[in-house]
Amino acid sequence: MQHGKRGPAFWLLGAFFCLFVLFLYGPTLTILILSFQGPSGGLTFPMNGVSLHWFRNLFEKQMVGDFAGSLQRSMILGVAVMLVTVVASFSAGLAFRSRFRGSGIVFYLAIASLIVPSILISLGIGLLYRVLGWDPAWYSSAFGAHLTWTLPFGLLIMFAVFNRFDRRYEEASRDLGATSWQTLRHVVIPILLPSLIGVGLFGFTLSYDEFARSLYTAGTFNTLPLEIYGMTTNVTTPVLYALGTVTTGVSFIVIALSLLSVTWLRRRRARHGSDAGKAA
Amino acid sequence: MNRLKSWVTYLQVAPLALVFLLFLIVPIATIVVVSFFDYNTTQIIPTFVLQNYEELLLSPVTWRTYLQTIQFALITWALTLVIGFTVAYFVAFHVRSPTIQTVLFLLCTIPFWTSNVIRMISWIPFLGRHGLANTTLMNLGLIDQPLEFLLYSEFSVVLAYVHLYALFMVVPIFNSMMRIDRSLLEAARDAGATGWQTLVNVIVPLCKPGIAIGSIFVVTIVMGDFVTVRMMSGGLSASVGLMMANAMSLLQYPAAAANAVVLLLLVLFIVAAMMRLVDIRKEL
Repeated sequence: MQHGKRGPAFWLLGAFFCLFVLFLYGPTLTILILSFQGPSGGLTFPMNGVSLHWFRNLFEKQMVGDFAGSLQRSMILGVAVMLVTVVASFSAGLAFRSRFRGSGIVFYLAIASLIVPSILISLGIGLLYRVLGWDPAWYSSAFGAHLTWTLPFGLLIMFAVFNRFDRRYEEASRDLGATSWQTLRHVVIPILLPSLIGVGLFGFTLSYDEFARSLYTAGTFNTLPLEIYGMTTNVTTPVLYALGTVTTGVSFIVIALSLLSVTWLRRRRARHGSDAGKAA
Repeated sequence: MNRLKSWVTYLQVAPLALVFLLFLIVPIATIVVVSFFDYNTTQIIPTFVLQNYEELLLSPVTWRTYLQTIQFALITWALTLVIGFTVAYFVAFHVRSPTIQTVLFLLCTIPFWTSNVIRMISWIPFLGRHGLANTTLMNLGLIDQPLEFLLYSEFSVVLAYVHLYALFMVVPIFNSMMRIDRSLLEAARDAGATGWQTLVNVIVPLCKPGIAIGSIFVVTIVMGDFVTVRMMSGGLSASVGLMMANAMSLLQYPAAAANAVVLLLLVLFIVAAMMRLVDIRKEL
């Protein structure tokens, strides 16, 4: 099946694949178009003119809740979760290269963290704070709740990365007299940088979009997904779509930046060979 | 030296372990403890009662809701499996250029990094009473009044599940497929196997780990879901997650906790059964 002319199976499967992509992206494209609906337009086609009316509407605080505030909170939270996810997963990935007592337990905790339904984590943290008499907040309890979702992904990615990592680079560095810290800083991190960016992408976007784990942990001030969810029950204008377009736009910018920087790093590496050690 | 090294190792793994301890173990333990507490309309009363479990397990509503949730999980699992496998198979075995493979793979994974809530909302202009699907069908003369079941029904819930979670099948199955030694396929062909026989006897068995990992993701997510059912069924369908959310909004925390414990046990049981098929650690 790898050689020669394309058979009917190829075209059938290809058509199926195209339908799948259409299924994935079609609805999002529709709300993208509808968010530019004219001021008198409704939630469905036809378009009654084209305008930015609903985007302006979005940033007027009284109209649709606190969009700007929740966007800001979700951004800050996403960046914080991203930083902790990258550092903690990378560091744990280093630790897991040698067997240590309790490594099995930590590994299964990470798996458990992935498979325990999000709503249970949310409920558990919410109850814990209630029992202790603390107030849940997006920067404390929701922050922890998000980490239980992003860290397992980070750790599993680091496992895959270190399994393919050639340890001879480190040995060479050590033979040349580098300390462990210098080896890490000038050899390991530069080589793994594209993967670390990938982990960061997971950290930011999973946190930025997380709903269930924020539900009982965010406290008084909503994160963006909670705010959007609240709006779906009482907003029946295309402002909902404008919100969707802006949110998805942010996600796409983050994804594009990550992919571009990874591609750029790969290109640069291909041109210069490894620049590990050249850094100051 | 060795002593120092093991200290460094523990220090390296400490942040991760601490997060799991504080935000996974302790909260789950809290749920278990609170599930035995008593409560009245205003507060939780720390004591030891089995009443929450009795009320939960003796209510026919509970059983109906669990059955409904399991039914959603099974249907979603079957659909995502077929779709995910087909999509992964096309990209892994029918696309020849590695660059195009990467691009198509990314195309399938990008929606994973965008908001689920938004992706659900985006079905409204399609499925609504005056949505694209109904208008198109009416213009074609296939129906003379809008189909009501498209939005806010079990149909739309399953549609949203498949839309949101098919990726969880595509990615691990694709990963398994890319590890299959291509010479095995040639050997199968040389031995006279048709394309279909190669698929069934060589590729599918070698994809089992990927299938198992994808299945674990899809089933556990659907079992614990609450927001999709709430949004896509318009309150017409029930799920265990929704049942817990309702108890929480009535401040019946111990009742919600008991339900959470039952759900957790059920999910762990399902996952344990599937894990027998695959050693996850070997798959990375």
